[in-house]
Amino acid sequence: MNSEQIDGGRALIRALENEGVEVMFGLPGGAILPVYDPIIDSTIRHILVRHEQGAGHMAEGYAQATGKPGVAMVTSGPAATNIVTPLCDAYLDSIPLVVITGQVPLAAIGTDAFQECDTTGITMGVTKHNFLVKDAQDIPRIVKEAFHIATTGRPGPVLIDVPKDIVDPNNPKSELEWVDDVQMDLPGYNPEKSFDLSGVEEAIELIKNSKKPIFYIGGGILKARAAEALRELVELTGIHVVTTLMARGAFPDSHELCLGMPGMHGNYTAVTSMQKSDLLIALGARFDDRVTGKVDGFAPDARIIHVDIDPAEIGKVRRPDVAITGDCRLVIEAMVDAFKKQGTKQTDRSEWKSTISGWQERFPLEYENHEPGNRLKPQYVIEQLRDLTPEDTIVASGVGQHQMWTSQYWNFEHPYTWINSGGLGTMGFSIPAAIGAKIGNPDRMVWAVDGDGCFQMTAQELVTATVENIPIKVALLNNSYLGMVRQWQDMFYDERYSEVFLSEDVPNYKAWAESMGCVGIRVDSPEEVPEAIAEANQIEDRSVVIDFRTAPEERVYPMVPAGQDNSSIVVPPSQEGKER
Amino acid sequence: MKKVQPSYKTLVITVENKFGVLARVSGLFSRRGVNIKSLAVAPTDKDEFSRITVDVDIELESVSLDQIINQLEKLINVVEIRALDPSQSVERELMIVTVKAEANERDELVENLDKVGGKVLNIGTDSMMLSLVGTPSLIDDFESFLSNFGIVELQRTGRVALDAL
Repeated sequence: MNSEQIDGGRALIRALENEGVEVMFGLPGGAILPVYDPIIDSTIRHILVRHEQGAGHMAEGYAQATGKPGVAMVTSGPAATNIVTPLCDAYLDSIPLVVITGQVPLAAIGTDAFQECDTTGITMGVTKHNFLVKDAQDIPRIVKEAFHIATTGRPGPVLIDVPKDIVDPNNPKSELEWVDDVQMDLPGYNPEKSFDLSGVEEAIELIKNSKKPIFYIGGGILKARAAEALRELVELTGIHVVTTLMARGAFPDSHELCLGMPGMHGNYTAVTSMQKSDLLIALGARFDDRVTGKVDGFAPDARIIHVDIDPAEIGKVRRPDVAITGDCRLVIEAMVDAFKKQGTKQTDRSEWKSTISGWQERFPLEYENHEPGNRLKPQYVIEQLRDLTPEDTIVASGVGQHQMWTSQYWNFEHPYTWINSGGLGTMGFSIPAAIGAKIGNPDRMVWAVDGDGCFQMTAQELVTATVENIPIKVALLNNSYLGMVRQWQDMFYDERYSEVFLSEDVPNYKAWAESMGCVGIRVDSPEEVPEAIAEANQIEDRSVVIDFRTAPEERVYPMVPAGQDNSSIVVPPSQEGKER
Repeated sequence: MKKVQPSYKTLVITVENKFGVLARVSGLFSRRGVNIKSLAVAPTDKDEFSRITVDVDIELESVSLDQIINQLEKLINVVEIRALDPSQSVERELMIVTVKAEANERDELVENLDKVGGKVLNIGTDSMMLSLVGTPSLIDDFESFLSNFGIVELQRTGRVALDAL
């Protein structure tokens, strides 16, 4: 067995290498300096960000696109607080991250030392777990535990807070004995302990006898790498599928059984089929308030089969009739087996299917076309982008109207092609997340669809993209407003637009993009849209930002107003009065 | 006698005996706005584990106890968690108390203390320090009896409990 004396900083980097880490995102500073020194000699590629929030979102984008844990490292104090937002984002969207923060020396903890903050205290509620390392000898074990916790069970972010003295080679206490096969010590952590697949047979029976079933697919399918298994189950049962915002791409949009996104801005058919169903088969979904609307009025006639890896999700919002705790892929495979074994005869659902196709015909996603002299229709821009980019393009979005339009109008044909901030709704997510996705998939095209409000929060990471040679493309849907807030003021605050107007002409996005080493293009008219996209697609050596000047008055339809049940769905004006 | 439904639930949580674990457990309550009525923490027969005994009101404001238990179970350092049914468990609590007691009051005080199995720990010129181990409701009763004399200072340990055999 290999055993040698090394210092804590080297041990930390070596432990990351042993976990298979190929890339990490970060920004050095005083307390973490000793861990940055061995990076020079490491096989790990370090991406130097311009703000620590960027490092966290890049790690998230990388993790979402590749399925591997994202790794970020920053210093203490303000750097640690800057990465709290990505930690919380990853916590809500169950993204595996390992974040390493520097900390002041052990003896200085609690003295209000320079750049000290209570990092483990602050992040306790936004991580799956966190560690404060107090002994250099613990570093290899803690790193191993951190990766294990981040990637198993319901994935999530794990933080390791590292006091400077125990990684400082000048301090004798930083010396440790490195052994290759360090053992984990996690007596309280065994996610498989709560797995219980005993409900599978009953679930299949319910499914077969249901007249109006719907598969309600959440992000857990993607986490479990269960898209293929899902497709088999869906085709075997012939039941329609809705894919939540976190699950777009888990089932191909072009499939005849795919109804698309449900929820507050879901399409009419997806929302209504859930609402009217007699059986919701929830797979890796958590009955989020943006999907259910008012919980008391949600799918009132539906029985519930709830499959989730996290026992705390079962019954959290809606009590299930059948609860199955386990990894979605394993559960779905068991369901397929049980279905085949029980015999594939099911209740006749032709009436339900024709009801669904009637909704699809009467209530498609639609918008009014561009009128000459007005600003671009954002939906048109997304449609063009969708049609002019390769099918396996990865799309990362920020948060707001542009996010909803992208989710609605894109055709997601493959898993892991859609990356967004679902649970936390973090504005500014898209650019760093797109950079992280691109590093994980250098041969794929990566587009960030962003809003102008979002862009101004994290655009500086395009400098990172340029300097580190990570070319992404940005479609900026620039309507000069905080669009989603404007829409709420428009619909629910008597058109009183309070603090939502940004600016018509400042900043100059084209010039800003160029100053960051990107190609900048401004597009005002619909005819220019395809040309600009084609031009951007051909640029491979630099990032591109297209400033699409879009219409501020455009609303995202349909919409279920907050606090109302899903039968109160508001359709676009062109569909008002249609038989529901 | 009227049987009173207990208004509390006792959670017995076995955790790793490490720094920060109590903060993780108690933080989960505080972040949901739930008050802990009583809390006792100490190592178990195994050095690497501690046991946290928590009393919470059953009528938690809008938060379900099951949900809290499920989420406590997710904490990495929590090894086991059980909700004890008060009628199926043995509960004890320790109180030490300094109570005003002039010379002419002491006989009555000590007589009653003997009846419930308490002890005199310390005697001052106009006060006495007593201890009592018993069920939390016995402690409650004796505490109100002592208030007639005048309580100078009082400390209770909080409930500890094990399943009845």
